[in-house]
Order: sequence, then structure tokens, then C-alpha cells
Amino acid sequence: MSRMWRVGLLSGLALAAAPAHAFIAYVSNEKSNTVSVIDTDSWTVTKTIKVGQRPRGIEFSRDGKFVMVAVGDDDTIQVIDAKTQAVVDSLPSGPDPELFAQDAAGKILYVANENDNTVTVIDLEKRARLGDIQVGVEPEGMTISPDGKTLINTSETTNMAHFIDTSSRQIVANVLVDARPRFAEFKHDSTELWVSSEIGGTVSIIDPKKHEVIGKVAFEIPGLRREAIQPVGIGMTKDDKTAFIALGPANRVAVVDTATRKVTKYLLVGQRVWHMAFTPDEKYLLTTNGVSNDISVIDVAAQKVIKTIQVGELPWGITIAP
Amino acid sequence: MIRWLVGLLALSLAATQALAADPIEIGVGYLGVAGTKSTLSLVEQPAENDGIAGARLAIEDNNTTGKFLNQRFTLEERRLKEGEDPVQAATALAEHNGFIIADLPPDALLKVADALRDRGTLLFNAGAIDERLREADCRTNVIHTAPTRSMLADALGQYLVWKRWSRWLLVVGSHEEDKLYADALRRAAARFGAKIVQERTFEDTGGARRTDSGVTLIQRQMPVFTQQAPAYDVLVAADESEVFGAYLPYRTWDPRPVAGSAGLVPRSWDAAQDQWGAIQMQNRFMKLNSRRMTALDMQAWTAARMIGEATSRTNSGDARKVTDFIKGPDFSVAAFKGTRLTLRDWNLQLRQPILLVDGRMVVSVSPQEGFLHQVSELDTLGYDRPESKCKLK
Repeated sequence: MSRMWRVGLLSGLALAAAPAHAFIAYVSNEKSNTVSVIDTDSWTVTKTIKVGQRPRGIEFSRDGKFVMVAVGDDDTIQVIDAKTQAVVDSLPSGPDPELFAQDAAGKILYVANENDNTVTVIDLEKRARLGDIQVGVEPEGMTISPDGKTLINTSETTNMAHFIDTSSRQIVANVLVDARPRFAEFKHDSTELWVSSEIGGTVSIIDPKKHEVIGKVAFEIPGLRREAIQPVGIGMTKDDKTAFIALGPANRVAVVDTATRKVTKYLLVGQRVWHMAFTPDEKYLLTTNGVSNDISVIDVAAQKVIKTIQVGELPWGITIAP
Repeated sequence: MIRWLVGLLALSLAATQALAADPIEIGVGYLGVAGTKSTLSLVEQPAENDGIAGARLAIEDNNTTGKFLNQRFTLEERRLKEGEDPVQAATALAEHNGFIIADLPPDALLKVADALRDRGTLLFNAGAIDERLREADCRTNVIHTAPTRSMLADALGQYLVWKRWSRWLLVVGSHEEDKLYADALRRAAARFGAKIVQERTFEDTGGARRTDSGVTLIQRQMPVFTQQAPAYDVLVAADESEVFGAYLPYRTWDPRPVAGSAGLVPRSWDAAQDQWGAIQMQNRFMKLNSRRMTALDMQAWTAARMIGEATSRTNSGDARKVTDFIKGPDFSVAAFKGTRLTLRDWNLQLRQPILLVDGRMVVSVSPQEGFLHQVSELDTLGYDRPESKCKLK
């Protein structure tokens, strides 16, 4: 089985993925220990896959053939074959993996291990651990700069975004942000890095060259206390003009004009919204709503919630086939 | 290209040397009392390092962050033996430490606070839950990470009322702190619309907490003690002295749940708390101390983390600057309770959610839904600004 996955990944690099009309979304359900598969044509759950303990971070391999899901309480990342929709393999992450990022080629995986303050580097083809990078307390958010040269990791108790050179695997800069940074996302043009602070209640905008916070997005919702606004997931449109930010127990997704860095609209979604993913055509944005156990479908152009889909218990992460 | 590389190397070398040259040193003292109090339940017997173990973990966490900011935190521990002068020990600690985390009885804490006042040492009260330290006896150089009795009682009261267990049979111990807790519980009942149908006092007649045939005796004693009560929903026990509370569950004359000092207990923290990322912290604590984390450990952890948080935000080792920031309007700290924790500026009490635990699980977290407040829902727990008698000087 493991060889199949390796061969599959290699050939996937050479072959372009087949065009798809309907898209397939995979949602990790933290409490159910399952992954829900959603068809974006019918907006229904077509399959529920049993995975390991406490699935959270989830992402398609670059070639679209596999889905990787971090199962933290089993201290590993499981690999789901997108064709058979079954778990076929697992990767040697460190203890309690939560979120991870791949390089552009899909060869190297960087994993945030919450339990031992490290980022683990994994060779996806050899399935071997290449090394660890010491970061701050409770590493969580992971992303790679569009040029592939810089890996970003956020540490939740240290309250920093760590800038890591992907070639030397050394930390080159640390930028202090507000409390409990959960998620990091680059603009596609690399000019800005956005980092959400769950407890701080803000999104910091960082100049990735100067390593400085150059702005902050603040949120205010009439009738809601500041404490209830806890930004986590960030989705940036391909033209970099609009950012969508999940606000956790505020049960809303903020629509932010990236030029003015101001919220233009709040979209009411399900309860405790955390992560999100665009369909590849960017027509829809899907969000995971942990407490209401569902997925909200946002029409991106209309900036409206058009549908809700029930999934497993405590949906956490989401990824959509490229 | 080579020149560029060499330049980069030189630059990074220079940076490293500059880093190594002058780290900011932040000294934190810990002042506690030697020995631990005896509990009825053997599994709840606190460890010798209860409290300090939490501070040690926070210092480690601070140093992990500090290595990126060129800050180094140290912890100096001091345990008072019976009869030792707390002021002398505190003054000695203050020589090298701008901050002292204290787990002291209220009078000793006040003596220390007044003695260190002119020095500018900032004290963190991690242990004492006494209301008066935040009210009539509040001090401008004492921050409280321990919750108050009224916060604990209100947290429990809100839940019992939410559960519609609004008729309470209150059983109070005969010691001073039991009576203080009973005061807080009476206040909670009045605030949230519960009714205390009757009060009973459990006299401490002395006796050992460990005996060989104790269970048989207690099984006969407790039903008799609780019989002929008016109709009630829940027995609420005020027994901080650990004399009888833990003997009540399953032994009441009427089949009723027990809360307060036994059964469903309000606490700032519990070993069972695993929400809001707490599992990482519980794991780190276990790895460092080979035991589970208590409320006192958490209160000390929070104090040391507040110092670390303020030091990284101000990028300063100047205790006065750090103190000003902690007391200022922009300060908040994350402590695995699902919300930012801030200080009540009128008495320097840390606002915090309170867990309701049964010894194995977190049953609920207060404030409960629907208890509203114009400033912060956390201020529905304990004495609020308009009621406060504190005048910070």
C-alpha cells in the first residue's frame, strides 16, 4: 500500500490532474474521528471516512491524488487515497501534529507539532523525517511564501510568527503579534502576510521583507462582546482584493477589503467557525462550523451564505481537490 | 554572490554576538509556605511543590519565547517555615527580583506588600482567595491571579440556577474560612435567585483525616446529619477546612447532589481541563513535574506568564515599565480558558472563567449563558466595580 502511494505521488508530479466539473471537499471532524467527503455539485456528503484520533489539519497533496490529515492523538499524519477514499498510509510526524504546509513541488511537508515546540520536516516521497526546527511554545499556523523560500510558523503561547528559511531551515526573523496566533496566509503577490490572533481578536498584517507589523484588522460586531470575536481561518481571493476571516464563537465570517484593511461585511455562518477553503474556480467558500457540526457555503461574488451541510462532530479543517 | 554570502555571514555573526552580549534578565521570586494542608481525599492531597510547579513551567515557556527576544527569566524560590518572618524573606527576594509570586495567608501577604511598596516590587497573589485583599485591604502593588471566594461561589450559583436547582441546603463548617465561603454562597443565592432552605453547621470536633475503619463510621454519621431537611434540590457545602465536605456525596439522607466544597466544585483550573488548547499545557506540565496540574499551579503559571507577556510586549527588563504595562488598559493574557484574561482596574483582580469540576471531568464553565453584563460577562462573577470598597493607593 505504501509503495502505491509513493508511486502515485511521483507520477502525479508529472501528470496534470484531470479537469473536474464538480469539486470534492474533505472535512476533518475532530470529535467523530472521521473525514466527511462533500460533492460541491449536489452539496451532499457522499462518504464518511474513518480516520485516526482527533483529525484536524487536512490538505490535498499538490497533485490532487491524496488527502493528508493530521491525527494528533495518534501522533501521525494519515494519507487518504482520493480515488478509493480510504486511508492508505501514514507519515512520520512528531508528537501531536496539528497543521502542516507543503512546498510548491509537493515534496516536502512541514508539520507543526504542538507538544514539543518543533516544526518537523518530512520528505514526502521517502516518507522520512528530515529534521526538526525549534520554534516557540505551541506551534500551530503553517504556510509557505509563494516563492517557496520562507516557511511561516505561528506559536500560540509565544505569540509570534516565525520566519524560517526553507533552504537552511533556520529561523531568520520572529515577529510578535497579538495573543494566540492561529493561522497565517500570504497574499498571492507576496507583499503581505496575514496572521490571525484568536485571543487578541485581531489580524496582523506583516511586511514579509521588513518583518514588521504594518497594519491590523480590527473587528466590531454590534451586540457582541469583544471577547467573543476570535479570528482563526483566513481565505484570500486570488486577486488579493478580498480576505475572508473566520471569527470563531462570533459565528461570523468577516469580509475584508485588503486595500483599506476594513471589514465591509459580516456573514452569519454556523457556530464556532474556524477554517475555510475556496473551490478552485473561487465561486464558493466553504467554512467549518465546529459547534453546529456543519459547513456553510458562501457565494463569493454575492458575499452570501447560500447553503449549510451537516457533517460529523466538531468539523475542524477543510480542503478541496485542486 | 560570494561577497553577498560573506556579507550575510558577517551580518548574522554580528547579530548573534549582539544577542549574546546583553540579554535582558528578568528575575521572578516565589514566596510560599512550607508544608501542605491535609485533605480528606488522599488523591487530592497537594504535592510539596503545589503552585511553584506552575511557575516553573511558565518560566520555561517564557524562556522559549525569550530566546527569540534575547530575554532570560529566572525563578528564585523561597518557602517559609513555621514562625519565619515573611517580610524578611520577601525583602531578600526583592533584592534580585522585580516580581514576586506569593502563596501566603492574607495577613502575611499584606505585611509583605506594605514592606515592599516603596521598592516598586510587584506582587502576584496566586494563593489567597480572601475577598478583603481585593476590597478594604486592596493594595496597589498586589495583582491577584487567584480568584475570590465570591467569584467561585457565583460561578457555582449561576450553574445551579441554570440547572434549576434553586433550593439549597447549606452546610457550613465551623472554621473562619468556611464561614467566609458560606457568606459568598449566600450572596450568590441572593444575586441569582436561589433559596437557601436551611443552614446547618458541621462542628469540627477534631479527629484524624486518615483512619482504618473510617468509612463505616462516616456511612452512619452523614445520613443522620442530613436527615429531616426541608425540601431541597442540592446540598451546598462550605468546608474549606476539609473536615466533612468530601463525606457528603452518596451519603445524604435524601438522594440529592452535592456541590461547593465537594461534588461539583468551582475552581480556577483542573487536571481534567482539556479545552481551548489546554491539552498542550497539561502535557507540558506533566512532562516537567510528573504529576497533574492543580488550580494553585495554574494561578502561579498565570502570574509568571503575565510577567513574560508584558516583558515581550514592552521589550523591557525594567520592572516598573513592565508593571505599568500589566496595569494598563492594553494588557491581556491567554490562559487556555477560551477568552482573554484582563485585570479589573479598580482592584487588580484577574478576570477569569471558573471551571465547575467533579474530580474527573469539567462539567461546565461559568459565566453561564444568559448572565449578561455591560462591560464583561466575566464581571458577573464576584464583586463588581459599583460594589467595590477598594481604593487603590
